[in-house]
Amino acid sequence: MTEQTAPTAPRPTHRRPAYDTTEVGTELPARTFPVTRETLVRYAGASGDFNPIHWSERFAKGVGLENVIAHGMFTMAEAARVVTDWAGDPGAVVEYGVRFTRQVVVPDDDEGALIEVAGKVAAKLDDEKVRVDLTVTCDGKKVLGMARAVVRLG
Amino acid sequence: MALDQSFVGRSYPPTDPYEVGREKIREFARAVGDDNPVYADTEAAKALGHPDVIAPPTFVFAITYRAAGQVVEDPQLGLDYSRVVHGDQKFSYTRPVRAGDRLTVTTTIESIKSMAGNDILDIRGEVHDEAGEHVVTAWTKLVARGPEEA
Repeated sequence: MTEQTAPTAPRPTHRRPAYDTTEVGTELPARTFPVTRETLVRYAGASGDFNPIHWSERFAKGVGLENVIAHGMFTMAEAARVVTDWAGDPGAVVEYGVRFTRQVVVPDDDEGALIEVAGKVAAKLDDEKVRVDLTVTCDGKKVLGMARAVVRLG
Repeated sequence: MALDQSFVGRSYPPTDPYEVGREKIREFARAVGDDNPVYADTEAAKALGHPDVIAPPTFVFAITYRAAGQVVEDPQLGLDYSRVVHGDQKFSYTRPVRAGDRLTVTTTIESIKSMAGNDILDIRGEVHDEAGEHVVTAWTKLVARGPEEA
C-alpha cells in the first residue's frame, strides 16, 4: 500500500527572506489548497477532533449546517503554510491568529472545496519581525478574518 | 442563562505532560499536506538550528484544546457545549514545539462576556516544557450561541 498525502505543489527551493529587503506590501506566493472528505477524515485522525460535523452529512444537516464542513483548525493550518513556506523556517513564526468567520462546506465528490490563501507584508516591526496579513477565501468569500502572523526574519 | 462572571481569572491545575512524538508530528504534517522537511527530517531541522524536528504552528492546538476541556466540561460553569462554536484562535510562540517535548498546559478563563444572547468565553492555555520554560500560549475564543428566539 502506498502512502497518500493531500496534493501539494512541488516545494520551491527558496532562500529565507531578509528583513532589510522585505518591504510593506511585499506579496507572499499565493496558494490554493484542495479539501475533500478524505482530507477531513485524515485531519480528524491526526488532530483528534472527531466532531461528526466534519465527516457525517447526516449529523451536519441535523444541526442545521448546509453540509459537512472543514475543521476551522484545518483551514488555519493551511493558511499558515503560505507564511511558513515563504519564511523558510516555520519556527520563525512568533504569533499567529485568526477569526473563524465562515464555514468551508465540503461536498462529497472528488473535487471537494478549494481554500485560497494570499498574504502580504502589512508592517515591519522591531527586532527583525514583520506582520503578514492573510486573505483566506473559499468560493470567493472570506472564511477567516483578522488572519495575521508575525514572523522573525533573518 | 449568562455564565457566572466569578469564573473570570480562574485557573485550572496544569495537565499531565503530553509527550510530542515525531511520528505524530509527521502524521499531522501529512494530514495538512505539508511536506516541509523540517517536520520529518531531523537533519533538515538541525540545518535551521532546531535540536530536533519541529511541529507545524497549529499542531499544539490539539493539546491546548484538550486542556480547555477542563473549562468546557466544568459542571459548575455550566457551558452548553452543544451550542459552542470556535470564534477566534491565536498563538504566541517562545519557540516551536518539537519532538520529545513533554508539555503541560495551564488553562485560565480570561474573560466571560454576554453579547446578543451569546456567551463568549476567552480561554488562555500556557504551554510549558519539562524544564518549566514557556513554549507557546494559545488563546481560544468560544461562543455559546443563546437559545433560538421563539
